[in-house]
Amino acid sequence: MSSSLTARRSPGSRVSSPAARGSRSSVTRNNLSGWGFATPFLVFFLVFLVWPVVYGIYMSLTGKSLTGANDSVIGFANYAEAFADADMWRSLGNTLYFTVISTVPLVLVALVMAALLNVGLPAQWLWRLSYFAPYLLASTVVSLFFTWMYNPQLGLINDALSKIGIPKVAWLNDPNVAMWAIVIATLWWTVGFNFLLYLAAMQNIPAQHYEAASLDGAGAWRQLFSITLPQLGPTTVMIVLLQVLASLKIFDQVYQMTAGGPGGATRPVVQYIFETGFTGYRLGYSAAISYIFFGLIVFVSVMQFVITRRRSA
Amino acid sequence: MATQTLNRATLGTSTSPAVRQPRRKMSAGKIAAVVVAAVIAVLWLVPFAWATVTAFKSETDAASPKISWIPPSGFTADAFVKVFQDGNIPLWTWNSLYTSASITAVTLVISALVAYALSRIDFKGKKVLMTVIIASIIVPPPVLIIPLFYQMLALHMIDTSWAIILPQVIHPAMVFVLKKFFDQIPRELEEAAVMDGASRMRIFLQVVLPLSRPILAAVAIFVFIGAWNNFLWPFIATNDASLLTLPVGLQTIKSAYGIQYAQNMASALLAALPLIVVFLFFQRQIIKGVATTGLAGT
Repeated sequence: MSSSLTARRSPGSRVSSPAARGSRSSVTRNNLSGWGFATPFLVFFLVFLVWPVVYGIYMSLTGKSLTGANDSVIGFANYAEAFADADMWRSLGNTLYFTVISTVPLVLVALVMAALLNVGLPAQWLWRLSYFAPYLLASTVVSLFFTWMYNPQLGLINDALSKIGIPKVAWLNDPNVAMWAIVIATLWWTVGFNFLLYLAAMQNIPAQHYEAASLDGAGAWRQLFSITLPQLGPTTVMIVLLQVLASLKIFDQVYQMTAGGPGGATRPVVQYIFETGFTGYRLGYSAAISYIFFGLIVFVSVMQFVITRRRSA
Repeated sequence: MATQTLNRATLGTSTSPAVRQPRRKMSAGKIAAVVVAAVIAVLWLVPFAWATVTAFKSETDAASPKISWIPPSGFTADAFVKVFQDGNIPLWTWNSLYTSASITAVTLVISALVAYALSRIDFKGKKVLMTVIIASIIVPPPVLIIPLFYQMLALHMIDTSWAIILPQVIHPAMVFVLKKFFDQIPRELEEAAVMDGASRMRIFLQVVLPLSRPILAAVAIFVFIGAWNNFLWPFIATNDASLLTLPVGLQTIKSAYGIQYAQNMASALLAALPLIVVFLFFQRQIIKGVATTGLAGT
């Protein structure tokens, strides 16, 4: 009657479908209803994702600007200019630097949080609430909180440091410290997400593993190191992958807290794209930098895909 | 007890109710865990606490270089009153609410429909469609801002809510999450309906969707939080002061109020409040939703 009732066919076996469901009319009907169900999504997908991706490539080959000055195709001149643009390289470097120094604590602290709770602490909801709540905040709220706490004269953090004899730090105004200040704010903001993913993974470890260990007299900490952590390999790979991809897109909190400063020390590549396009009005050039950034994302994804496949193979 | 609660709260894959660890006595290890967890929890609550204390200070106390948790001239709600008189926060909250709700509704409808087709209907070109959708997960939204802005200019949508809503309804990863869930629904459940001659759409609406409530809720939560907090695209899509969403509107207060620290913190807290309250009520569903959809990618 309907192919949906039978086991799913292997790819490519469409042609040789058995007579029971292979009548021409049912194939047509399936094609119609399949594409019918897909159409609403496809319309949005084509207009607001596929088209901009394709059109962006075209834009990157033109001198298009918001002032409408030069719409002509100029080939790869934008890319040539970008590869020789020290500011582009610096912003790309800032993005990569942030990605490296943020991913490590964002994964490790999440793991520690989840492991602590998994030991079986009382009042689980309280811990989950306090660790995860910041994730529900908009970047602007986080930036307001931390800009206030980082305030060199009136800020809570410098006040606490001075009480233990550490001199005042110009958190967001010192080029050597600003990126770390942003990492700390980001850690506070988003670690709860990774924490939940770890917690879910830990809850999925079969209880029998723990029961057996308990009978052998292993305590909670022992079980953590001999059972929980070794089982988390695949989850950790996934979390690292997601975190790297998320960190590479850094923009909001930098733009809001330092505006890329001091002196461009924290400006990430997304902000450079934004400024080239909307402050400098150079849409074509900005599109070219977008695609260089896109290339980086694709490169990282493919690398991680290859590494995870090799590991699981 | 706590462990069991958590089991149910996360993926619903609660294993045996058997006791994991001896419960009665707190071992030394467990006490150490409580202490470390508490230290982290306090650190994580400090920014909230400090913002709250600041928001309830007078501007003079807030700007005093002498840090105080209890202000010398007492607590006051002046900052909140001023922020409300200013009138922007309610407007921005409303803008965020209706754009995020629209984005979530449209995303759910179009994603569930295409996911059902990918899961259940054998149609020509399905493999290609599936591959294209999965491949598109890799496209980072910041790459699209320049061409999308240009496109919105051409469509005369800049400075309208459409510009904020429409580009945010495409979530290829969520299509994938829904498809995987539909795949697990036993086909036998749809058989009876087919025997009755029900159409695809009726089967989808009356059999598949009711069984998919948990995953639809999870996707809705994930999409809504993302839309509610999105900054970059709404920031670009509109300059119209009457259309600003909360995250974008908040960005403007620094310049507007100058160094009104108490008012800044009051605004930030008011902006944070809606989702925090929702979280307090639906903690379990939200945590489950994030854990279910999270690994599919953002």
